Amino acid sequence: MTSIGTGYDLSASTYSPDGRIFQVEYANKAVENSGTAIGLRVKDGIVFAVEKLVHSKLLVPGANRRIMTVDRHVGLATAGFLADGRTIATRARDESAGYRQTYLTPPPLKTLADRLGLYVQAYTLYSSVRPFGISTILGSVDKDGPQLYVIEPSGVFFGYHGAAVGKGRQLAKTELEKIDLANISTRQAVKEAARIIYLVHDDAKEKEFELEMSWIGDESNGLHQPVPKDLFDEAEKAAKESLENFE
Amino acid sequence: MDHHPMNWGRPRNDMADPYGTYPIPQRPMNTQTFEDSVQHTQQPIVTGASVLAIKYANGVMLAADNLASYGSLARFKDVKRVIQVGSSTIVGASGDMSDFQYLQRELDELVIDEITHSDGHNLGAKEIHEYLSNLLYARRSKINPLWNSLLVGGCSPEGKRFLAYVDLLGTTYSASTLATGYGAYIAQPLLRKAVEGREDTLTEAEAVKILEDSLKVLYYRDARSLNKYQIAKVTAQGVEISDSKSQDTTWGFAEGIRGYGAQTQ
Repeated sequence: MTSIGTGYDLSASTYSPDGRIFQVEYANKAVENSGTAIGLRVKDGIVFAVEKLVHSKLLVPGANRRIMTVDRHVGLATAGFLADGRTIATRARDESAGYRQTYLTPPPLKTLADRLGLYVQAYTLYSSVRPFGISTILGSVDKDGPQLYVIEPSGVFFGYHGAAVGKGRQLAKTELEKIDLANISTRQAVKEAARIIYLVHDDAKEKEFELEMSWIGDESNGLHQPVPKDLFDEAEKAAKESLENFE
Repeated sequence: MDHHPMNWGRPRNDMADPYGTYPIPQRPMNTQTFEDSVQHTQQPIVTGASVLAIKYANGVMLAADNLASYGSLARFKDVKRVIQVGSSTIVGASGDMSDFQYLQRELDELVIDEITHSDGHNLGAKEIHEYLSNLLYARRSKINPLWNSLLVGGCSPEGKRFLAYVDLLGTTYSASTLATGYGAYIAQPLLRKAVEGREDTLTEAEAVKILEDSLKVLYYRDARSLNKYQIAKVTAQGVEISDSKSQDTTWGFAEGIRGYGAQTQ
């Protein structure tokens, strides 16, 4: 970054002379340091997978989940500061419950993404707060079928067929592009997701990680749930094998 | 003057001093304006009648008709008064149907909150009953009750049965047969005679028969009942709520009752 130290990066409420907001760009850096998270929108549902870096062997396995449930039919995965991820999940739950209370119907994901986008954007406006250090992948099967959105630290959100955020996003995106997302089932997507997470994990830099996977679709009756253990184990095993063949 | 948008269009409350600094000024300032004319529910309006429930060998069975009355007018004949809450609980309601609809929303939110925790725990019938009794008691303590009598039935995946009552006062009790409303007078003795001591041996078919017989007696004797009802069961396998059904009834005897049929004298 060319303008470091010139004073335009001290506040999210100040532009640099060339029209950038450095605090938001730094927030993106926080996302880039995080373990990869991916989301796949396929024929009959959504699959999330997260490379959760385990910084200590003393941690209980399964602790500090980065995939969270927002509503019966909505889940999210975050990359970046875990604490910010929890905040956004709490906010998403509140928005979802608020929508239900007002309209007596489950919220469409587009509406949730819109509201969360506004929330995140508000944190880019004031000198007294810092922008969110996370990118959030939101997924749901709502009245219009499977939906997938990503919200960035700036507050912008886009809809995707396949999304990847965090450290290994470039490679993950390349891999996602090779998959015929619109025509595969969630069951196949789980295997692809596991394979991609194992592929993008950099053994040289971080040794330990935990694979986290969840899905929403016909097989989970439209609910956001962890991938069943037998399928999870099968996908993880296949992922490890494909990695050995790859190398 | 108070220019806060929250107070636009509201009547002025000159009792409050908008410039006062003690105690710490609160917005909106006019919250108390309508205090004198706030009305609480003092009677139910659209009402459902009896709910019946029994324990049987496989779990708990609950029955209620599909009628919501407006006074003595049979206003709505397609109302579902038995609902599933979570994965192993059924709730049947008599009393005010709008309050029951409110309760359904509250319970739905409660269940979603529990789901989002994703900690592997579920709300069982015992917890939902406790929640309802706290909620109903809190509301009666504000002298603004939710005008319902509720039966909560449940069966854990291990087969442990639960059946309890809670009403608008927050009163709770538990028994192997329960009934609300007029059913507490008409059906409860019949249910007790048929069920007590046989809770662990009654088959599903027998349980349905007992409830249907009691519903029929209620239909004959309770003018706020309807011959269109649903039977819900909760077992270790989960919840099943039947479609609406009805029974054959005979009204020939009515001919002979003075003032009932087409009589000349």
